[in-house]
Amino acid sequence: MSFTAGDSATKISAGNAITPEDIIAAGAKAPEDVATYAMYLGDDALMLAQRLGHWISRAPEMEEDVALANIAQDQLGHARFLLSYAGSAWDQTEDDLAYFRTEEQFRSCRLVEQENGDFGQTIARQLIFSLYQYELFTRLMDSADETLASVAAKAVKEVTYHVDHAAQWTLRLGDGTDESHRRMQEGLYYMWPYVDELFNDDDLLRDLSERGIAVLPSTLRESFDARIEPILEQATLTVPDVPGAWGGDRSGNFSEHRGHILAEMQVLARQFPQGVTW
Amino acid sequence: MSTTSQHSDAAVADIEAERAGQQRFDEIIAADSRIEPRDWMPAGYRKTLVRQISQHAHSEIIGMQPEANWITRAPSLKRKMILMAKVQDEAGHGLYLYSAAETLGTSREEMVQQLLSGKAKYSSIFNYPARSWADVGAIGWLVDGAAIQNQVPLCRASYAPYGRAMVRVCKEESFHQRQGWEILLELSNGTPEQKQMAQDAVNRFYGPALQMFGPPDDDSPNSQQSMAWNIKRFSNDELRQRFVDMIVPQAEALGLTLPDPDLKWNEERGHYDFGELDWDEFMSVIKGNGPCNVQRMQHRREAHENGAWVREAAAAYAEKQARRQQDAADAHLIGA
Repeated sequence: MSFTAGDSATKISAGNAITPEDIIAAGAKAPEDVATYAMYLGDDALMLAQRLGHWISRAPEMEEDVALANIAQDQLGHARFLLSYAGSAWDQTEDDLAYFRTEEQFRSCRLVEQENGDFGQTIARQLIFSLYQYELFTRLMDSADETLASVAAKAVKEVTYHVDHAAQWTLRLGDGTDESHRRMQEGLYYMWPYVDELFNDDDLLRDLSERGIAVLPSTLRESFDARIEPILEQATLTVPDVPGAWGGDRSGNFSEHRGHILAEMQVLARQFPQGVTW
Repeated sequence: MSTTSQHSDAAVADIEAERAGQQRFDEIIAADSRIEPRDWMPAGYRKTLVRQISQHAHSEIIGMQPEANWITRAPSLKRKMILMAKVQDEAGHGLYLYSAAETLGTSREEMVQQLLSGKAKYSSIFNYPARSWADVGAIGWLVDGAAIQNQVPLCRASYAPYGRAMVRVCKEESFHQRQGWEILLELSNGTPEQKQMAQDAVNRFYGPALQMFGPPDDDSPNSQQSMAWNIKRFSNDELRQRFVDMIVPQAEALGLTLPDPDLKWNEERGHYDFGELDWDEFMSVIKGNGPCNVQRMQHRREAHENGAWVREAAAAYAEKQARRQQDAADAHLIGA
């Protein structure tokens, strides 16, 4: 999982570049259950992109403005692919799904909805989520659904870089100064209650994974733990000993933050009729 | 006695070196060639460049704010993506401009301190608010458009690292201008409310964009010297005229008007005439009284201060790592 120089994480060659428009043009039409799964993953990426986008112009270093903007764009790219594909099931565009669904209709997990907090809290969220996405996309590359497999193959290259970015910062904050150690550990405490639900299965996921389309989240937990624990140990940090927060599933238990995120994201689009172009 | 004579020998050598340096510098400028960081250069040339390049870098960094203001609210995912990439580019421009200035012997830290203390200036245009989505378009079309007009000649600036940085900046700026144009075109062809949004943005940014070229030539005391040094190639008024000549047909193509009743084609001059700009407003905004001066500086200072513990952590970690490597090397030696 090392990120080697010259292997760009954000640019793929023209030969294998796919765009959300390509997905539509290819006439891929997702079955409804696959579309709902694509929405799970796409909504996660969209919420995280929205959160990370807020950092741009506020980062601790100018180089970090560039890095966070990169990661936000990668996540937004994943969201655009996945929501375009999801929307194909109901003749909806990526923007119909992003801008004209209500809070109840989103399917994101609570982790990505959590507030940025300080840089330590953001890095804690990045470390957890990037490692989860890395395990997920690595396996999803073998999905029986061709579109999901191709999206995963593109995404995994980018997420490899996200993991590296988060791990490098975790080391620096954890093993930097007393203050940075304290803040990084607090960030982990803040985010850790929302780790368990990343690995929750539900009926849809069980059914799709039996058919080789989805990755069953519970099967990712062991490798996630095996990767995150040594990073935290090397960073002189401890795995928070806290129980998972109650009520995390993708069918309607969401955080208070979601409404605020959508209020901001959708405000302009909703002042105009659906279908207006920008 | 011998000490004094050694001093005067050294002084004579310095004067000789200075004279030779100046002569070589003058030859390079006369040949319209390039000065590199290790070349001798007059103190005034160095100072002018540090001021100009760092101001440019500060403008890129402060200039991230008005557009970053719309990242979370961009009305489509595609626009959100393009906008993030654009603001990211600006951070990148800031970084390589600071690097270009550092080749002149002033550290980035020092330049940033000058920005944060208010001693250094940045382009006044960024003290205007980006209130509507169409402002993102107007900033791209007019502000980046004016910047390109200014910056293309800087690719040939006599100070080589500056010129090289500008080549890359200009390539990206032209993409920025196109995305601004595209936003306005889409709005102009959209609903009446969208078109009104576009017109309102152009009305507000037109004057400030024209002022980006600086005061009229008669009131621009530093311009002459910069032109003699081949840093600046065209005067403020020349660049402003070129810009007006470029945007008038573009505005027509957009189906939008420019808010200047005096704007008309002058057959004799072969240029568009345009009305007097509000230079009182310009001076007032430069002095700190624009709509967003305080807000922009506070945003920048907060980002810097809130990030201090992170930068300290990175430095502390690097120090620890270096020490560990040293200890490991020592242990290896002892073991051997």
